Amino acid sequence: MTFSDVLLQQVINGVSLGAMYALLALGFTMVYGIIELINFTHFSVFMVGSFIAMAVLLAVGLSGQSVILTGLPLVAVLLLALVVTMLATGTLGVVIERTALRPLRNVPGTAAMITTIGLAYILTNLVLLLVGAQQENYPNPLPNLTWHLGGATVHLREVLVWVVAAVLMLGLQLFVHHTKLGKAMQATAQDAEAARMMGVDVDRVVLTAFFLGSALAGAAGLIFGLYYNVVDFQIGYTAGLRAFTAAVLGGIGNIPGAMLGGLLIGLIESVGGQLIAVRWTDVIIFSILVLVLVFRPTGLLGRSLAQRS
Amino acid sequence: MLEFRDVDTFYGELHVLKAVNYKIEQGEIVCLLGGNACGKSTTMKTVLGVVQPKRGAVVLEGEDISRLSTAERVRRGIAPVPEARRLFPRMTVYENLMMGAYTRKDKAAIAEDLERVYELFPRVKERLAQSAGTLSGGEQQMVAMGRALMARPRLLCMDEPSMGLSPAYVEQVFEIIQEINRQGTTIFVVEQNANMALSIAHRGYVLQTGEVMLHGTASELLGNEWLQKVYLGQAEATPAPR
Ligand SMILES: Nc1ncnc2c1ncn2[C@@H]1O[C@H](COP(=O)(O)OP(=O)(O)OP(=O)(O)O)[C@@H](O)[C@H]1O
Ligand SMILES: [Mg+2]
Repeated sequence: MTFSDVLLQQVINGVSLGAMYALLALGFTMVYGIIELINFTHFSVFMVGSFIAMAVLLAVGLSGQSVILTGLPLVAVLLLALVVTMLATGTLGVVIERTALRPLRNVPGTAAMITTIGLAYILTNLVLLLVGAQQENYPNPLPNLTWHLGGATVHLREVLVWVVAAVLMLGLQLFVHHTKLGKAMQATAQDAEAARMMGVDVDRVVLTAFFLGSALAGAAGLIFGLYYNVVDFQIGYTAGLRAFTAAVLGGIGNIPGAMLGGLLIGLIESVGGQLIAVRWTDVIIFSILVLVLVFRPTGLLGRSLAQRS
Repeated sequence: MLEFRDVDTFYGELHVLKAVNYKIEQGEIVCLLGGNACGKSTTMKTVLGVVQPKRGAVVLEGEDISRLSTAERVRRGIAPVPEARRLFPRMTVYENLMMGAYTRKDKAAIAEDLERVYELFPRVKERLAQSAGTLSGGEQQMVAMGRALMARPRLLCMDEPSMGLSPAYVEQVFEIIQEINRQGTTIFVVEQNANMALSIAHRGYVLQTGEVMLHGTASELLGNEWLQKVYLGQAEATPAPR
């Protein structure tokens, strides 16, 4: 393998990781965009989603990497896991907003944000109690199909990640820009009081953002399991920290920003890890974050402060 | 059409509207005058339900709407042109207009109203694809008025439509307000520009530190000596005679 092949391989890996971080960053950034809440529970919802998807895959008879599916059964099983997980985590997000966060919506200060940290602990520890601290071998029915791109290899799992992420992000864009509720969501993010004066039910908009964002986090949870073949109760921290960075890097509250930020973080992680050393990836990611925040505090696609007010 | 019955509105401890009574009849233009921070915008927010009154009732055509949500009130035919326009800055002019019709489902009638808005504001039609945040202040005012009309309101609540506009634009805005009124919409308008407002209004209310201290027909108010001195002339504000 030549150096450029190695680089290409890392780009392929990076785009896959980045697509997953982007899916995870989207829900986080949408909620911030609408109610300016830093929602740390989001990343625990992602982790819970990964386990829910695992339960679905186990329930249809898969275990570890021993059962390989192809063709229609493979598509059916993956779709089932995806849909069930997204509905489940979407509902979880709605329940969290409705019961724990809405009562704090108009409380000034950090009460709501601190509550999301508390909820994150509760979810994480619930999973710890239920499944334990050990890494779980993820049921994965993907056949070992590969394609060659120059000297680099593309696995089926990467194609799967790209397709799922692209479809979901396209769907989100269509929803936000071409449906009435999506427009209401944009309007609320830009001026909540004015949106209310147009007759927008802001509570409903916020619930929708929680549902969609948490559903996307669930999808990211399934992707995480299929990509790494292992999960544990801590993936909410590790992947969550990167998705959080992605959102801030792209411009918090900004949907295209989260997509771009996610891709960049994924690329930095894999290419940077290759060029320097894997144990330095966190240092590289956070150094870049610090640099961006110093020179462009609103993130890459974020609006300048003057435009915001 | 709209009535305030002894309305008290608070922001926390701050008592802004104090036992306020207004009565606006179908088809009227009623203006609300008053100095800064006397509660004019709070009146508008109370009509729309952005703030809830602590005591008293807001009555629309005989129905107490004080506890209804803003969305419900918009559905009952109240539409705002808020203070400082409050357009959605990163949405296009067209999208802003359509947000005005948010609670409506009658597609054909919405299309008719869009045409009517284009007729009233030819300028707006030329700028449909521009983001609202990049419009000039005058253009923004036109879009804000067009957006409110897209709700096909029976009562239009306007908060300082002339704010920050050049005299020529102010004149145009007031002509359009009259035109909208002629087409059958009742108008409740807050203004600092008392002369201008009274020249088009049928009746007016004067608010001072949250209390209605004067009301009457436009000509009565124009003839009121104290009002002349405080709001209509250049004189320094003096304590009001009671
Ligand atoms: N959301 C709010 N929270 C707390 N106080 C408020 C709020 N909105 C308005 N106030 C206060 O209520 C009082 C009345 O405000 P209001 O906006 O109704 O004044 P106004 O008559 O419209 O003044 P202006 O002519 O300057 O627009 C002011 O003292 C203002 O500071
Ligand atoms: Mg005001």
